[in-house]
Amino acid sequence: MSKTITLMRRELTGYFATPVAYVFLVIFLLLSGILTCYMGNFYENGQADLQAMFTFHPWLYLFLIPAISMRLWAEERKSGTIELLMTLPVSLGQAVAAKFLAAWVFSGIALFLTFPFWITVNFLGDPDNGVIVASYVGSFLMAGGYLAIGSCVSAATKNQVIAFVIAVAISFLFVLAGYPAVLNFFKPWVGQSVVEGIGSLSFLTHFYSITTGVIDLRDLVFFASLIGCFLFANATLVELKKAD
Amino acid sequence: MIEIQNLTKRFGLFTAVDNISFQVGKGTVLGFLGPNGAGKSTTMKMITGFLTPTAGKARVCGHDVQEEPIAAKEKMGYLPEGAPLYPDMTPRSFLTFVADLRSVPGDRKARIAEVVAKVNLESVLDVHIETLSKGYKRRVGLAQAMLHDPAVLILDEPTDGLDPNQKHEVRTLIRSMAQDKVVVLSTHILEEVEALCTRTIIISGGKLVVDCTPAELAAKSRYHNAVSLTVPADQRERVEKGLGGLNRVANVEWAALTGSNGSPSARVCVTAFPRSGASIAAEVGARARDERWEVDEMRVEPGRLDEVFRTLTGAAKVGAN
Repeated sequence: MSKTITLMRRELTGYFATPVAYVFLVIFLLLSGILTCYMGNFYENGQADLQAMFTFHPWLYLFLIPAISMRLWAEERKSGTIELLMTLPVSLGQAVAAKFLAAWVFSGIALFLTFPFWITVNFLGDPDNGVIVASYVGSFLMAGGYLAIGSCVSAATKNQVIAFVIAVAISFLFVLAGYPAVLNFFKPWVGQSVVEGIGSLSFLTHFYSITTGVIDLRDLVFFASLIGCFLFANATLVELKKAD
Repeated sequence: MIEIQNLTKRFGLFTAVDNISFQVGKGTVLGFLGPNGAGKSTTMKMITGFLTPTAGKARVCGHDVQEEPIAAKEKMGYLPEGAPLYPDMTPRSFLTFVADLRSVPGDRKARIAEVVAKVNLESVLDVHIETLSKGYKRRVGLAQAMLHDPAVLILDEPTDGLDPNQKHEVRTLIRSMAQDKVVVLSTHILEEVEALCTRTIIISGGKLVVDCTPAELAAKSRYHNAVSLTVPADQRERVEKGLGGLNRVANVEWAALTGSNGSPSARVCVTAFPRSGASIAAEVGARARDERWEVDEMRVEPGRLDEVFRTLTGAAKVGAN
């Protein structure tokens, strides 16, 4: 456990050792603000809630989270430091978990920094803070889902650009899984039950159900098992590809 | 402390390491020699548990590297080829990170300071690693490998890219640590093997070709016990004839010498090769005295490692074509 924390701390300080962290945080908050105020009509709605902000999170994450995750393994493999990491007395599971957790904590920091919106709605009106807390939890979980996908893809290539693009593509499938764009693609090939199964993998469906203020066990299980599956695949890929 | 049994690694159809077995005990500095791509690094990567062998076993301090990877890795320090490091860290933060992961006992700061002093890193402790020179990076890599005072040190080309002073320092360092450890290092610098190693393994085409001491290796050279004389060029034929007349001399060769400024010198080097490695120095000396050759220098050759190396790894044949 303490080794996982040591690894995680190194990874997290790594973000802040370069301008990457600051660029990311600034862009995330800027885009978050613009989308919420202009496209989400935060003020015009006349409602004291953060719906305008959370609606855009799946789309914001779609492009920004792969930017965090793309370096996780691709960089280690490119620079050869993976050889150093994998010959230290740490298990593969610890390394995968530590990298994922570091990225997750970092995305949590970004999410936390949107708190001025929360203060604003509390200042302007009387929002249902329970719903807002649930939405934050849902958003954080969803960020974990995107990160697990991105981390897994990052282990499959040495090239960070490829890791980014593929992660965006796979995440896009998950975002829209419940929508005709994706379902119609699969319909001719597979049976109805499979199509329904794919439909239930939608990030949007699960996330929006949480943002109504109800943290349903099914949504929690969905994100947790998604993260688990992709991290398992991540570990397998690292084991297979580390020496390439 | 290291036991390698029938270790084999295939990448697709290519066999990088082919059925290698050897054992190494305490106090040994083992030099891995071989041409580029011979399988030295691949073997080391399997010993350190980075690569999974296709077949065979590697045991370090009694721990099977595949079955008890953590226990085996705790006993080892490893400098990978090219000394990869995290560029955005400083040597101090990097060494602290490694010390924490390796659960170095006692006062970690003191231990880090001790190792840092050994490899002369004090002046760059708080500089980002990406800005360090190659020599400093290599030293950070070495410091990282020896931080937990491991029983087994695996060093992949520890002196590659260092200047002669740094090479000397690293060799002194390795020698000073060797008594109670096993050091396995790979190199293609032959003088390093002579200067440092107590045992040599030559790998070529993934196969173990030779396993012996550097002296035994040199004895395989046709130059072993040959006697070289430096004489004036105009005496060359006389000397050749005189040496050729000796009973135990198999054949005589000569080579022109160049002066310090690169111009041909008035002297040549005549070498007499003995039959079956016999010692002929006394006879050659006596003949030189009797025939009054003007000998500037007389040298008994211990054997030339580069020549043995080329013969054993097949490069000599390629060169002859």
